[in-house]
Amino acid sequence: MVCRPVGHEAHRETMQVAEHDTAPRIAQDLTRFLETRREQIAQRWADAALFRAVFTVSRDEAVEACKAVVDALADVARTGRLEDVGAPGFGAVRDQLGRMSASRSRAGFAPSHIADEVAGLREPVAALLRAEYEEPAGERAHACLLALTVLMGTLRLVVMQTTVSAGEELIARQREQLLEVATPVIKLWEGIVAVPLIGTLDSARSQVVMENLLEAIVAERSQYAILDITGVPTVDSLVAQHLMKTVAAARLMGAECIVSGIRPAIAQTIVHLGIDLGSIITRAGLADALAYALNRQGIVVSPRPVAGASPR
Amino acid sequence: MTGVFAAHPVPVPVLALGDVLLVTLQGELHDGAAGQLQHDVARRIASGPAPVGGVVIDISGVDIVDSFLGRVLAEIAASASLLATRTVLAGMRPAVAITLAELGLTLPGLVTALDVDAALSLLDRAPSPVPPAHPEEGA
Repeated sequence: MVCRPVGHEAHRETMQVAEHDTAPRIAQDLTRFLETRREQIAQRWADAALFRAVFTVSRDEAVEACKAVVDALADVARTGRLEDVGAPGFGAVRDQLGRMSASRSRAGFAPSHIADEVAGLREPVAALLRAEYEEPAGERAHACLLALTVLMGTLRLVVMQTTVSAGEELIARQREQLLEVATPVIKLWEGIVAVPLIGTLDSARSQVVMENLLEAIVAERSQYAILDITGVPTVDSLVAQHLMKTVAAARLMGAECIVSGIRPAIAQTIVHLGIDLGSIITRAGLADALAYALNRQGIVVSPRPVAGASPR
Repeated sequence: MTGVFAAHPVPVPVLALGDVLLVTLQGELHDGAAGQLQHDVARRIASGPAPVGGVVIDISGVDIVDSFLGRVLAEIAASASLLATRTVLAGMRPAVAITLAELGLTLPGLVTALDVDAALSLLDRAPSPVPPAHPEEGA
């Protein structure tokens, strides 16, 4: 394959051929370049904000990290999978990239900013690559530069991927913590348990609430269960459906469910939405619900005669 | 398979505790056994040796309640109610209750209790919802 940089048409043709035939050779060129210029690239990258901010202790450390990234890029170029985010070459530096992006996010940078910083790594390498060729506008140099751009794009994607997955892990962990924290089941009286619901009820949380409540009903042998929604900011049809499911499940177990803590605004919303809570016993406050449950059990709470009032 | 079970269903025992019939379901209930059970309960109420004040169905040993079993339970309760007898479903497991609620099978016609003990005291305490056949008899 001879490169003939004559005119626009010829250029087009060679580019097309390059797609099929010369791609491996271009990748080899790129690999060789990355291997020979490893030191120089690393030195230039080490001054970039992305590396400097992470490896603050010594510049040598940053240079080492840069070398690892260059090696990974060379590895990927050698296999020819320039566009493959899952290329095994990246595996070696994925951890390190993850640490870098994590420390950048901790410093308050948005993922797009981190991506821009990674994109900034391309220019120094491209300059080095151009200097490599005697004829920078030549066909070969052009193709190689293009390959480098693709490779750097892939690196950018890998960094984004690690950033996003780190964020997802954080979210998943926090969601789990939220589930653990927010649904205690309290025994109010012999045979009466209550769940104070706090925060928005979604499917996952209401599932956990339902499971915890039913387990508590069995464990405490409670006839009455109170669902207090004082801490639920809004009730829409979905939340109402979750509530009704919980009530139905508790009833199947043989316990009576009372929904309490319905604020005036929420009562209005429920009426406006046309949700029929007619099958559910509702009370305004937790105290009212407790009074109802006590009353149903035949327990009467009355004030003791005041000691001062009785004649002595 | 179904034919075998239909021909020789393992009958579910119906125990009499005082004036209460106690049915304990365990594991799966096959079609034949379900039919036999419905028949047994109705016959015991209508023409058993002793008068029956209530039926308690204990399903604490049942892992799965599907729409079939739900219908069988509802039918037993309905036929008992026709014979002026209350039915209480006792001891449903939390997992079963969640599944039924998710499926929308809330068994509206059935009275439920936490366990057999609670079911018995429920039958003891509450009067029968079905009015006696001759309300004016004593008056």
